[in-house]
Amino acid sequence: MVLGTYKQITLGRSTDKQIQGISQDGGIVTALLTFALDEKIIDGAVVAGPSDEMWKPNPVVALSSDEVMAAAGTKYTISPNNWVLKQAVRQYGLEKVGIVTIPCQTMGIRKMQSYPFGVRFLADKIALDIGICCTENFPFESLKTFISAKAGVDFDLVEKMDIGKGKFWIKTQDDLISFPIKETHGYEQNGCKVCLDLVSELSDISTGSIGAPDNWSAIQVRTDIGETVFKQAVDAGAIELKPIDEGKFGLEMLTKLAKSKKEKAMKVIDERKAMGLPVPYKGSSEKEDPLANV
Amino acid sequence: MLAKIKQFLGMEAKPKELASKEEVEKVAEEKAKPRIGYVHLSGCTGDIMSLSENYDILAELLTNMVEIVYGQTLADVWEMPEMDLVLVEGSVCLQDEHSVKELMEAREKAGLLVAFGSCAATGCFTRYSRGGQQAQPNHESFVPVGDLVKVDCAVPGCPPSPEIIAKVVVAVINGDMDYLQPMIDLAGYTEAGGSDLQYKIVNQALCIGCGTCAMACQTRALSMTNGRPELNEDRCVKCGVCYIQCPRSWWPADRINKDLGL
Ligand SMILES: Cc1cc2nc3c(=O)[nH]c(=O)nc-3n(C[C@H](O)[C@H](O)[C@H](O)COP(=O)(O)OP(=O)(O)OC[C@H]3O[C@@H](n4cnc5c(N)ncnc54)[C@H](O)[C@@H]3O)c2cc1C
Ligand code: SF4
Ligand code: SF4
Ligand code: SF4
Repeated sequence: MVLGTYKQITLGRSTDKQIQGISQDGGIVTALLTFALDEKIIDGAVVAGPSDEMWKPNPVVALSSDEVMAAAGTKYTISPNNWVLKQAVRQYGLEKVGIVTIPCQTMGIRKMQSYPFGVRFLADKIALDIGICCTENFPFESLKTFISAKAGVDFDLVEKMDIGKGKFWIKTQDDLISFPIKETHGYEQNGCKVCLDLVSELSDISTGSIGAPDNWSAIQVRTDIGETVFKQAVDAGAIELKPIDEGKFGLEMLTKLAKSKKEKAMKVIDERKAMGLPVPYKGSSEKEDPLANV
Repeated sequence: MLAKIKQFLGMEAKPKELASKEEVEKVAEEKAKPRIGYVHLSGCTGDIMSLSENYDILAELLTNMVEIVYGQTLADVWEMPEMDLVLVEGSVCLQDEHSVKELMEAREKAGLLVAFGSCAATGCFTRYSRGGQQAQPNHESFVPVGDLVKVDCAVPGCPPSPEIIAKVVVAVINGDMDYLQPMIDLAGYTEAGGSDLQYKIVNQALCIGCGTCAMACQTRALSMTNGRPELNEDRCVKCGVCYIQCPRSWWPADRINKDLGL
């Protein structure tokens, strides 16, 4: 259960050469959103698009495949995607909105759908939520610090950033620089320390790189909606699949990392409770499964 | 509290999931219809308008499931009768003796009192009143109804969305206490405002910049700057919706899993 409830777990990647070239991992997010747009399963998608500043994302409502593609790739800093959902529905008049969310954003959306106190005629317009894995996120100034100060790389020259194999990777046109992920500790945003969800357990379809070889993605298909869309995308040839390795570099690794994220978070949650600080989650003694996202 | 609500619903154990049509009809047949009252204090009528936007369930609700026994324009009565449940819209003006009296009487005569909408629950924009205005310059002090009487359950929102109202109705019919529990808890949330995000989420090392608060704000008082909510105080009506929708204020995990079929 550390990976949440899912109907299917698999590896996959986009079959589109262009998407393969611009995406972070297997291009699953971009492949699914562009497919859903083309098939009119959604009439727009909220993505972390570009802003005036390099590597600082700005949530946008993408209406075309080109706009979805322009947002491909991971930006390791906060993009408040949920913010523009209302814009998508009210200003753009969308009826079926797709969105890409990190786990905590997925949680905000799902809570709003179950308890839409002040949110009018929006809950049922979210047609597809693609969740991405997330271990932690960084304030923009943190990111700047370790790209510029620590690694000594000019922000504007960075072509890709990635976290994997215990390292933070920075790719420029001529260089591949890395430093141990440990060195980013202390720079992550604080709210992440109580986060119990690595794999976007509440999304329709979730995807990440952990457990997959380079340029492939691990995918969990979760809800009925997710299952329908995923099957269509695979049948149409937008995504190709291969089974996930059960062993050390596959499912085992994903399970291990999800579990260790939860264990760390539970420790902080229990400590906070002991200090009388607020936390929205139950303490480990208050729940049946101490690692559940409750 | 729970026992009281269950008693009102006339059920001991919690019955099944969602209200199927047959179930609704069965409830309607088997039980005396709950007697509902509507007390309109200092609110803009937005809450009941939002309720009435539930066209699909409204007819069934009003004809077969509940009996409206009190309420301006809703029922032709002057004397307030005994009620199983009373919805109170609007905050209460301390200088308006009629409002104060009506609220007190409603508390006495109703089994359950619901603060319906943010004005009743948190005071909302009436919190800004400083009197000195026509038609009654003396009317100055507006407080959430919870300041004067015990509130059993609050449904904040400016106004609450038609959907949350429908969900509450279905939960009440099903005796679904788990769903109503957050609203029982929210009865105590009477001092609200956009600054709660700063005090209760950001200051407490809980904010993760998801943007849900800024999306939910009904007056666009919030934007996101460097991954954190930024409040424009001049636009804030103190409805409390932003804090209530924040995934880091309270977390209804079980309900969400159930709703998603996970
Ligand atoms: C802060 C952060 C931390 C992550 N940590 C991990 C991890 O530890 N392990 C792991 O396996 N995967 C992690 N991921 C996910 C991973 O980096 C890829 O985004 C994911 O595998 C999807 O790859 P893709 O090729 O399918 O997506 P692509 O097709 O490249 O599309 C990526 C999508 O993500 C969106 N996006 C980019 N940045 C953000 C952001 N900051 N917030 C919200 N949406 C964004 C874009 O709009 C785009 O639509 C993390 C992602 C983020 C944003
Ligand atoms: S670790 Fe959790 S809280 Fe932090 S950004 Fe990722 S999903 Fe959000
Ligand atoms: S909803 Fe809560 S966690 Fe999300 S940005 Fe607003 S205050 Fe932060
Ligand atoms: S910031 Fe917006 S949502 Fe929050 S209390 Fe003020 S008006 Fe309400």
